[in-house]
Amino acid sequence: MNVVPALAIENLRVEYPREDGGILVAVDDVSLTIMPGEIHAVVGESGAGKTTVANALIGLIEKPGRVASGTMRIGGAILDPVTGKGEGLQLGRDIGVIFQDPMTSLNPLFTIESQLTETMRFHLGLSASEARVQALELMHAVGIPEPERRLKSYPHQLSGGQRQRVVIAAALSCNPKLLVADEPTTALDVSIQAQILALIKDLTRTRGLGVMLVTHNMGVVAETANSLTVMVRGKAVEQGLVVDVLRNPQHAYTRGLLAAVPRFDRKLERFAVMAEGGGKAETARKAIAGQKQSTKGNMAGPLLSVDNLVVDYTTRGWLPGSKGRTMRAVDGVSFEIRNGETLGLVGESGCGKTTVASVIAGLVQPTSGRVLYGGEPIAGDTATRGTRRASRQALQMIFQDPYASLNPRMRVGSILAEPILFYKLAANRADAAEDAAILLEAVGLDREHAERFPFAFSGGQRQRISIARALGARPRLLICDEPTSSLDVSVQAQILNLIKDLRDATGLTLLLISHDLAVVRQMCDRVAVMQTGRIVEMNDTETLFDAPSHTYTRELLSLVPRIDRISAA
Amino acid sequence: MAITLTSKRRLAPVGVLVAAGIAALLILSAAFAPQIAPSNPLDLATFNLADSEIPPMWAEGGDRRFLLGTDNQGRDMLSAILYGARVSIMIGGGAVLLAAVIGVSLGLIAGYLGGRTDAVIMRIGDVILSFPTILLALLVAGLARAVFPEAANPRYVPFVLISAIAIHEWVQYARTVRAATMVESARDYVKAARVIGLPSTRIMFRHILPNVMSPVLVIATINLAGAVLTEATLSFLGVGMPPTYPSLGTLIRIGNEFVFSGIWWIALFPALALVILVLAVNVVGDWLRDRFNPKLRGRG
Repeated sequence: MNVVPALAIENLRVEYPREDGGILVAVDDVSLTIMPGEIHAVVGESGAGKTTVANALIGLIEKPGRVASGTMRIGGAILDPVTGKGEGLQLGRDIGVIFQDPMTSLNPLFTIESQLTETMRFHLGLSASEARVQALELMHAVGIPEPERRLKSYPHQLSGGQRQRVVIAAALSCNPKLLVADEPTTALDVSIQAQILALIKDLTRTRGLGVMLVTHNMGVVAETANSLTVMVRGKAVEQGLVVDVLRNPQHAYTRGLLAAVPRFDRKLERFAVMAEGGGKAETARKAIAGQKQSTKGNMAGPLLSVDNLVVDYTTRGWLPGSKGRTMRAVDGVSFEIRNGETLGLVGESGCGKTTVASVIAGLVQPTSGRVLYGGEPIAGDTATRGTRRASRQALQMIFQDPYASLNPRMRVGSILAEPILFYKLAANRADAAEDAAILLEAVGLDREHAERFPFAFSGGQRQRISIARALGARPRLLICDEPTSSLDVSVQAQILNLIKDLRDATGLTLLLISHDLAVVRQMCDRVAVMQTGRIVEMNDTETLFDAPSHTYTRELLSLVPRIDRISAA
Repeated sequence: MAITLTSKRRLAPVGVLVAAGIAALLILSAAFAPQIAPSNPLDLATFNLADSEIPPMWAEGGDRRFLLGTDNQGRDMLSAILYGARVSIMIGGGAVLLAAVIGVSLGLIAGYLGGRTDAVIMRIGDVILSFPTILLALLVAGLARAVFPEAANPRYVPFVLISAIAIHEWVQYARTVRAATMVESARDYVKAARVIGLPSTRIMFRHILPNVMSPVLVIATINLAGAVLTEATLSFLGVGMPPTYPSLGTLIRIGNEFVFSGIWWIALFPALALVILVLAVNVVGDWLRDRFNPKLRGRG
């Protein structure tokens, strides 16, 4: 029997006119076919055009961009990219869409029921009661507990995972032939990600859907998809079955991409990256290593110890001055960071790991408990202004979002010189500027970059600047809060290598906060696992990964989508 | 990854360009009043009581020397208006500047420090805003005269007026800047500055201030028109600039006494100048506000 593909794209080309009169080709001659019951992953790094392919399908190409040529067939019928219609085709009915962020893709002012039934009543002409019956069935199908009660809920009453299930239910409501899922699990924790991916897989099989899964996560691809298309700068460079491509990548870009993915199964010396800086960076790092570090406090014991730390967040009440609800973010956490080691702090969102980092960095005051730096209390009741000040310089931090962590109105040179001048680490402005230039070289940028403003840099370059700024104060402990989670995987590999090199060159101690267990395995000497405000397990990295003792750790480890399940075979 | 292209830079609509041109022309001619005015209305030696109440040039009994006629003391109206506009704009601009400096500083402090400091500053602002601008300004101007008799001296009146207007206007700046500061304070670059250990004043003024300034410029433009009007009202009511050193408001007040005797030009021309100035500045301010408001972008 000849099966009609759920989706067949032929020679799709999407163009954006540029301001200078030229044309930016966002998608260049891409063809792909998805059969019913098949999950086809479209992978690539940011700017590769993978989302643009999805948007072309659902008529979301923003003006002045346009589909210049190519055909898109859904279940055999040609789709008009402008109207979103085709012979017997209707956008919203025959193509279901799942967006990335379940927090924003549901309208907060409507109940789940009205959001689910709206499409069915509009496209299928069902009555309110018929649509309700359908909606209940869908809620069952996507595995939402107590669907009767949940139909009357508003989106904010559901958790992120449940909302994404509702979004999937809405996408399935008119029995589409094709499901377009654009990074459907990127905003979710690993445990919920695993559930949602399992749900999508299951629905694909039972309903004979064709699924186009747009993602940057190779682990998700390995665990979920049947076939894939690798995109680079608008072009599809490699296509095939997931098993074949991951085991035996043909294109150099695919090989680089796969090599850059942090391995979960064993620790490597370095990440494989496509290009790295030369000797200039080496020299600069030696210069930095030669600089005197701040050595206040007694350095014989652990560099930092956190002692029974508790942090409550209290919301403001109705009346001025009244207190609202109290939420315990950190619930009695104790650990030590030894001089020169890299400690990983892992857990899902909301587990309190960032709060712990904020207390150590002095951004949040603890409710009780204390933090000692070199034996001196720096947070908690016994900490004084003096001890806190003394530790400030020694504890520096780099943040998750490189687009928010640099002041957009300051030149890079001023940003870097600020801590140097503030701590009087240079005799004058000229010396500080020279130190800033050396820092730039140490993180793999050019000294000329000091003249520019942050907007002139990419995410990875900004993160390098962030690191340089933190090093400017000559810290002993660098707190890295999800330093690479908003970066592409190849850039992530470069940044992590950079952090490793700087650590080796200067003897820095690192506290690495991350939700990415593979990154933690590659970077850390010891790992602490947090769950709902407590540390449930803490051990040497290798021991923890190879023989986890706590059930939560085991669960976390088992849920990570892993590329090595296929490629290592 | 969605691809966003910078939208084509749109030129302001024709009406706004015209308004901006008029505002610039008025402000420039006021600024250069001593150079371009036919006579100096502040210099007693240059005018003659014999020339008083001459109608505009084109009316019956007009005099070629006085384009817009003369007032009850024989001063050339055109010169008086140019000098008067100069005084009005200086006081208006001064009030806007003072209000902005106070409001932006207090807004930064309230937004960054939060808690009790924030509550105290913003409640004071709320109380002040519950008074009408003109009432509060009258109160301050009157009080100043009662406490310091010198305050009625033409040399000090502008400063009294500037303070009287600014005491009400700063609240708007403070509210806007406070909200923007609270948003910026939560951003990582501010956290990074705190982790470095920089003192709060430096973080507020060096890091946050440049990032919250664009709405301030918009408010300042709109408030300039309001401040000029308030000054005119105060002068019209007699607590502002004295007749010997007239602003536009003072000129209108002088003219007001003569309107019913058929001598209309003394009140009308300063009033027209005031209306055109305020309107032009307001149009520009409104456009700036819409332009900086992302919610309105892409409309119209």
